[in-house]
Amino acid sequence: MSSPVSSPARTPGTPVIGVLALQGDVREHLVALAEADALARPVRRPEELAEIDGLVIPGGESTTMSKLAGVFGMLEPLRERIRAGLPVYGTCAGMIMLADKILDGREDQQTFGGVDMIVRRNAFGRQNESFEASVEVSGVEGGPVEGVFIRAPWVESVGGEVEVLARHDGHTVAVRQGNVLATSFHPELTGDHRVHALFVEMVRGA
Amino acid sequence: MSSALPTTPSQDQAPATGTARVKRGMAEQLKGGVIMDVVTPEQAKIAEDAGAVAVMALERVPADIRKDGGVARMSDPDMIEGIINAVSIPVMAKSRIGHFVEAQVLQSLGVDYIDESEVLTPADEVNHSDKWAFTTPFVCGATNLGEALRRIAEGAAMIRSKGEAGTGNVVEAVRHLRQIKNEIAKLRGFDNHELYAAAKELRAPYELVKEVAELGKLPVVLFSAGGVATPADAALMRQLGAEGVFVGSGIFKSGDPAKRAAAIVKATTFYDDPKVIADASRDLGEAMVGINCDTLPEAERYANRGW
Repeated sequence: MSSPVSSPARTPGTPVIGVLALQGDVREHLVALAEADALARPVRRPEELAEIDGLVIPGGESTTMSKLAGVFGMLEPLRERIRAGLPVYGTCAGMIMLADKILDGREDQQTFGGVDMIVRRNAFGRQNESFEASVEVSGVEGGPVEGVFIRAPWVESVGGEVEVLARHDGHTVAVRQGNVLATSFHPELTGDHRVHALFVEMVRGA
Repeated sequence: MSSALPTTPSQDQAPATGTARVKRGMAEQLKGGVIMDVVTPEQAKIAEDAGAVAVMALERVPADIRKDGGVARMSDPDMIEGIINAVSIPVMAKSRIGHFVEAQVLQSLGVDYIDESEVLTPADEVNHSDKWAFTTPFVCGATNLGEALRRIAEGAAMIRSKGEAGTGNVVEAVRHLRQIKNEIAKLRGFDNHELYAAAKELRAPYELVKEVAELGKLPVVLFSAGGVATPADAALMRQLGAEGVFVGSGIFKSGDPAKRAAAIVKATTFYDDPKVIADASRDLGEAMVGINCDTLPEAERYANRGW
């Protein structure tokens, strides 16, 4: 963690974690990260990537994020940082953006990649099928988390390096590969910040 | 750590659909985005390609509803399904105010959000639909805080300014958004005694008024709608506090819809960066012509519909 940022609020060991703010529920992630003892800030430009120790890709519309990431030159710089080991956590659309391959995407829809998995967009259905359910997440202590699934994707298949952290109804809904974490659901909407705390720990250890 | 919304069912219960958290959470995912009116599957594809976070499927854009006159109703189910099948992003559709059967039909078609909209001719001059009765979430228009809170009390999971749809004139959207923000700011300064009187004055439930006073914002997502025609209009609404924008007639009534749609998406994300907005505003071709709202007869002001 050799970030050049000098924020007065920053004490040694407090990681700076960006939230990709092209579109989506950025605010909820900023709040959750702050509650999990990180310095959180929105990130929209390639040069802002140099200032962060970790990044959250929020929920939102993945086709919009993909489009804006391309237009504003975020795709390659972020891919490079992820390859170099930047810890990243994606929820819902963020999970889609972290998949090496996607199904049911828009034609030519680009992702950042980082997890050797195939993710199916809107796999759990449209909004009328969106749901809440308890989810046991491996590595998160203290009982299941409240899983909020909104037009949620699931993981269709994973490569050998990928650890499956949670399943719902037989489908993989949380994974980790190295420094990259992804969930189909939205812990940022629940007020329970244990998954964010897990990610902050990953950033500290990176 | 607890949330203000209903808690998740325990493990032995079946997954819960249609909860307040799932409905409001859906709108949270649209933040920072642009929702575009479309009347054909081809337009829906153009909107999706331009980076829209959702489309509003309707038969006629508000500018044409104004021009044609007559009773404006829910769109043909075939037309809505055609749009649902054409794109992978969320699809919204409009029901008339108080026409809960149109809303039932839209829910059965599988739309992702229902807009109980003043742009269509109201079906009930007293009552709005009971939106708690639906699995599909609702967005409703408001001109002030009291109206917004009454809609939320009825179950709306997202609020938008009404603006004056189909005019290409952003003045009413600015008025409504400023009004809502100012009334919220005022509540922040009230003590507990004053909040009861404020609730009475706003004609809104005390619990919601108190929640807004504590949060400093609505308990649901607030978008802007009605009259946005340019990238700078969209950025203006965001700088005034809208969390995203609806664009109705402004895109497909303009000279180069694909280009204008992409430009409004860019300006909505970089709403606080005049350089990006300037670049997005270049060479867009003709904007929609527009109507001066002060020349509109009272009966043709959609913002007066609903209460």
